[in-house]
Amino acid sequence: MVYEADNSEAVEMKHIISILIENEAGALSRVAGLFSARAYNIESLTVAPTDDPSLSRMTLVTSGTDEIVEQVCKQLNKLIDVVKLVNLTDDVHVERELILIKVKAENEARDEVKRIVDIFNGHIIDMTDTTYTLEVTGDSEKIDALLKALEHITMLEVVRSGQLGMGRGAKGMGCKPC
Amino acid sequence: MELTGAEIIIECLKAEGIDYVFGYPGGAVLHIYDAFYKQDDVQHILVRHEQGATHAADGYARATGKPGVVLVTSGPGATNAVTGIATAYMDSIPMIVITGQVPSHLIGNDAFQEVDSVGITRPIVKHNFLINDVKDMALIFKKAFYVATTGRPGPVVIDIPKDITAEKTEFEYPSKIEMRSYHPTVKGHNGQIRRAIELIKSAQRPMIYSGGGVILGNGSEQLRTFTRSLGYPITQTLMGLGAFPASDPLSLGMLGMHGTYEANMSMHHCDVLIAIGARFDDRVTGSLEKFCPEAKIIHIDVDPASISKNVKVDVPIVGEVAPVLDAINAELAKITEPSNLGAIEKWWAQINEWRAQDCLKYDQNSKIIKPQYVVEELYKATHGDAFVTSDVGQHQMFAAQYYGFDKPRQWINSGGLGTMGFGLPAAMGVQLAHPGEMVACITGESSIQMCIQELSTCKQYSLPLKIINLNNGYMGMVRQWQEFFYEKRYAMSYFDALPDFVALAESYGHVGIKVEKPEDVRPALDEAFKQKDRLVFLDFITDREENVYPMIPTGAGLNEMILV
Ligand SMILES: Cc1ncc(C[n+]2csc(CCOP(=O)(O)OP(=O)(O)O)c2C)c(N)n1
Repeated sequence: MVYEADNSEAVEMKHIISILIENEAGALSRVAGLFSARAYNIESLTVAPTDDPSLSRMTLVTSGTDEIVEQVCKQLNKLIDVVKLVNLTDDVHVERELILIKVKAENEARDEVKRIVDIFNGHIIDMTDTTYTLEVTGDSEKIDALLKALEHITMLEVVRSGQLGMGRGAKGMGCKPC
Repeated sequence: MELTGAEIIIECLKAEGIDYVFGYPGGAVLHIYDAFYKQDDVQHILVRHEQGATHAADGYARATGKPGVVLVTSGPGATNAVTGIATAYMDSIPMIVITGQVPSHLIGNDAFQEVDSVGITRPIVKHNFLINDVKDMALIFKKAFYVATTGRPGPVVIDIPKDITAEKTEFEYPSKIEMRSYHPTVKGHNGQIRRAIELIKSAQRPMIYSGGGVILGNGSEQLRTFTRSLGYPITQTLMGLGAFPASDPLSLGMLGMHGTYEANMSMHHCDVLIAIGARFDDRVTGSLEKFCPEAKIIHIDVDPASISKNVKVDVPIVGEVAPVLDAINAELAKITEPSNLGAIEKWWAQINEWRAQDCLKYDQNSKIIKPQYVVEELYKATHGDAFVTSDVGQHQMFAAQYYGFDKPRQWINSGGLGTMGFGLPAAMGVQLAHPGEMVACITGESSIQMCIQELSTCKQYSLPLKIINLNNGYMGMVRQWQEFFYEKRYAMSYFDALPDFVALAESYGHVGIKVEKPEDVRPALDEAFKQKDRLVFLDFITDREENVYPMIPTGAGLNEMILV
């Protein structure tokens, strides 16, 4: 009757959770505070207003056993400001992350980087005599692969957006009928 | 007509039927106090410390089921209220706490008496609000009361900058409220209820484990019908006592760390556990690995997050206790011939063997006053009819074990947070809610000193509480742990300079009685309750090293109790 006794379920998995939340001052700190207060782990969190400016959409990546993630979802749902929550991992969905990287690009590295960016369908969005700034989007596996491909290049700065997610199919998550 | 923000606050409280506000003034709330001064509908009770205000409002809420209301100033007023807010939060008590805030244009400036009240209280409230515009005031109050009192109840803080309380707007209190982000579940899922009934019917060794949720959800009648129609044994948590009468033979008393032998053994050996409005707290379950190893578990709770949080359950039912039990009772009423009668008879025979252990026995011939004896005599002196509040420590456990509570809302204590200092101010709230009723505060010489200043409030409002001070000269519960687990190294669990409590009570204008011999216990109690309009402080000098038994040490299972 107790989790610890049941090892088959104790596998830690990554979960991507989508949240619609009232766009009010303090809403973000309620979510972040919940994670620190209950010692849940948070890998990334993105938040911005939606087409309805009274609502914000958050995408949150966390990892844990099924039971822990179920608790995370229940506790998030319990926050008074949370309008709707979906654990995208439960169903087919798309994920995207955006990464900006400033790399040293001199001599032969200049061509090399350009080639890698093309392979990953990215863009060079800024440059100097000695550097490039790259922009690539994709799921986290692609982003990780890109970082691996650039391993031998000197990276001056890296910034990732954190993942965004959305369920596949015709249904929307919002309060609006489709 | 346009009203100021301060006047709107009063109107909102009136609209919600609030009769008392517990508070303490200061700069940021002076407009509000001025509005209080000009009206008679809502009475303001002036405490002596903001912690006292929160506990008093909390006690009022626990005794009535209505939300308690608190008003404090910004900065230190708000921080002093924090302990009481957390206490209410842990026990899911409906409460509205209005905190003053520095004027809007100074927020974030480290202004005089500024703290981020919304930030500080965020993890200890059900929800909180900062009012930015006087036009939002009425709606936010409506939301606050709605959120605090529905679903799993809890405290809600409303932080109001001073300038907002002076600004004017038209007042209209919304009659209804709809929040797209908040829809507490009331009724249970029919399919789940059917599954639960099947399990309940087929049980061979059933056990009902009910908690504070039954009291909060006013489900006491339903619980009685449920338990009695089945004839199953029931145990109650510290927070649930009184929902089912202690005097009923089906009651096995409290469970958990200081629960009875029969309750804990029945928990350990049951095959179907029916948890109702209880949350599998660590003081109840003991070691999770060893908890109810043979049981299929049904869990009825209004808070989905309580379900399968600590212990995985087989049949969860999310909903309010009363309607869910009503639905179950209606089905049970149709059963004419239960198929498990033989098994239940055998189960009771086993339980009665455990009961015969008489785990709450203590030395009746002691020449020194036993704390258990005082509680038993208090029960007799009050015919079991008093409201009893307590502080935290051994005396709290003795009160829970030896005052057989037969009614819900009669037993009022800080179970979740375990806040010393709770008992006296909580008793003030109870007495205000129930003038003319007997209200006793069972406390210890350490706990009572944490909010002793409220004796002054009791004088101002003529609250005739009876304070039952079980004075063992130690922080008894701390000393007990040090005796058991630290080889009697009594580090800092002893006060060298206790006050003369009789003189102290008298200096506040009350009656003080010191009691040192067992034969004087009952006469002193009778004398105290005869003084219907006076607060009487009874200082019982008790056995210094008495322990609370049974006890489940940390990490042990419910079947591994230390008995006397
Ligand atoms: C505010 C607060 N501080 C510390 C504790 C830890 N604590 C729990 S019981 C206890 C001793 C209580 O002593 P007393 O009030 O004399 O009661 P007794 O146990 O002797 O009956 C202490 C210090 C607490 N519960 N609350």
